[in-house]
Amino acid sequence: MTTHNTTETTESAADPSEEGIDWQTKLRYFLNSDFVRSSPYWGIPFIIMGIAVYGGIGYNLAISFTDYAGIARPSFSSLDLEMYRRALADESFRAAAFQNFVLLVGFTSISLGLGLFLAVLLDYGIRYKETIQTIYLLPMALSFVVTAQLWLWMYSPGNGVLNVFVTALGFDSIDWLGDPRIALAAVIFALVWQFSGYAMVVFLAGLQSLPDDQFEAAKVDGASTTKTYIRIIIPQLKQASVGAAVVLMLFALKAFDFLYAITGNYRPPNGTDILATLMVREAFQYGQWAYGAAIATMLLLLSLAVIAPYLIFQHRQGSL
Amino acid sequence: MSQSTSDTNLDVASVVEDVNLRRVGHYTIVILFLGFFLLPLITGIMTALKTSTAVANTLPFMPPLGDGFTLANLEYAFNRLSYAFVNSLLMAIPATIINVLLASMAAFGLTMVRWRGQLGILVLFLIGIFVPYQAVLVPLARFWNNIFPIADMLEPVFAIVPLIQGYHSALVPLIITHVAYGIPICMLLFRSYYQSLPNSLVEAAKIDGASITKIYRRIILPISKPMFGVVFIYQFTQIYNEFLFSFTLITSANSSEAPITLIIPTIGTSTSGIDFGIRMAAAFLAALPTIILYVAFAEQFAKGLETESA
Repeated sequence: MTTHNTTETTESAADPSEEGIDWQTKLRYFLNSDFVRSSPYWGIPFIIMGIAVYGGIGYNLAISFTDYAGIARPSFSSLDLEMYRRALADESFRAAAFQNFVLLVGFTSISLGLGLFLAVLLDYGIRYKETIQTIYLLPMALSFVVTAQLWLWMYSPGNGVLNVFVTALGFDSIDWLGDPRIALAAVIFALVWQFSGYAMVVFLAGLQSLPDDQFEAAKVDGASTTKTYIRIIIPQLKQASVGAAVVLMLFALKAFDFLYAITGNYRPPNGTDILATLMVREAFQYGQWAYGAAIATMLLLLSLAVIAPYLIFQHRQGSL
Repeated sequence: MSQSTSDTNLDVASVVEDVNLRRVGHYTIVILFLGFFLLPLITGIMTALKTSTAVANTLPFMPPLGDGFTLANLEYAFNRLSYAFVNSLLMAIPATIINVLLASMAAFGLTMVRWRGQLGILVLFLIGIFVPYQAVLVPLARFWNNIFPIADMLEPVFAIVPLIQGYHSALVPLIITHVAYGIPICMLLFRSYYQSLPNSLVEAAKIDGASITKIYRRIILPISKPMFGVVFIYQFTQIYNEFLFSFTLITSANSSEAPITLIIPTIGTSTSGIDFGIRMAAAFLAALPTIILYVAFAEQFAKGLETESA
């Protein structure tokens, strides 16, 4: 833990680092500084969180360099990258990484697009807006586990809801989750159902924070409503979009819950294996702890690749 | 853009023009999406209220009629789930309370007082929000099972507490885990609220010589009551709905300490497939507490989500 070795300085008017002030005075300044006096407030939560998050990551990294397979304790005497090599050579890892990518991009872009569409729909003068917004957002109150059950029934190959429509139109019923060509799309669709309301709320908040007069000004210039949205309003939602995109991407990386719940076992339906499901299966079903830890590390790196640009963006916007 | 202004305009307009094609189209799309979001929920409820013959023979989104109606699924699911309800609540309520308190303290320490190096600490907190839980699962399982088996240690203590069973001690590591990983996001929610407060509030108290503790207790705690509501609802929903930590630390859906999310994927399964009547009934019972919270506090719920991404 790198808790207390960050810069520790005082903020008082007289600069205690100046020459000619003895160390007792410096110490007194230090003990009276806002850093020290506020530290019980942020320090305790920080230590708890830090051990869990950074301690956990560190320990996970250490295990990923061993070949620990669940017996007794991991041996840290010979550390190497064998598990990472194994992952990169593994066909199912590559398939999971690819599907993970499709899920990430597909789910995030569709949810954002639909969320923006719904936000504009509700923002532009609609009655009962509050009630409608509540209903659109309702799936967010459900857990992945519950959503998975609802969509398991929607997608059920026999008399499931979607197949009722499909057969009524004269087609053969479809095995939505069993067919490897459409299973991933079906999973993405169900996740979009759950999370597009979230994107909508973020965009609505963004829309309502914009000044009112832009529509009037555009109207004076003879621009249509559609044009005003596309040219003037939507480009200003950059910050909201970035925030929503990051949160959605992290939901996509977490989709293990959904995939486990839809089958009740470690193997997700055909063609929907992602890194998260592969990791949990290897570690907790097959006892390949070190291998699972290595996959988890790569998943973490993927998430950091998403977060780092976001944090930098936030910092530049001055909202950090 | 703001609703209040455009609404009044439209009310006047809709009196003047009788039928406006664009508005009809607008509302049609809105209603179609209502159907899209409600259809899985409606079919779920309808199926939960049907006998298994009615599930097989009637359209899934039609209400159960006559003989097809039954409460047996709900009753069966409730009996199977009642102990898990208790487990979930015994886990989520204390975890949420501790979490919210710690997060409010952390946010206060990081916004109301200024010191160098604050940004570094803040970034460490923020990364904590986004870390995928898979990256800590192996250490988590090892820590609570092999290194520090606190559940086993506490079992005799729990056994003598009234109304609580010895096996509830298995929830303690879960509570601690939820608190630890929930702090960053709750801290962020509080922080964005504290940042929106006027600076003068704290500055004035400082000039009057109030200590940091006094500022927190006398000024910040009382005015952050609405935010406590928002964060509590947000975090309770998160913890109650959480699956992965329970899955890692409890592992078996059959154990008596399993929270509710762990049991749903296994309920109503038999050799002949899934009994969807029972499965849907179980899913609805499981979702009920969060749905009630959501309907009662929709505004706070949305507020929590808004700030999450800000």
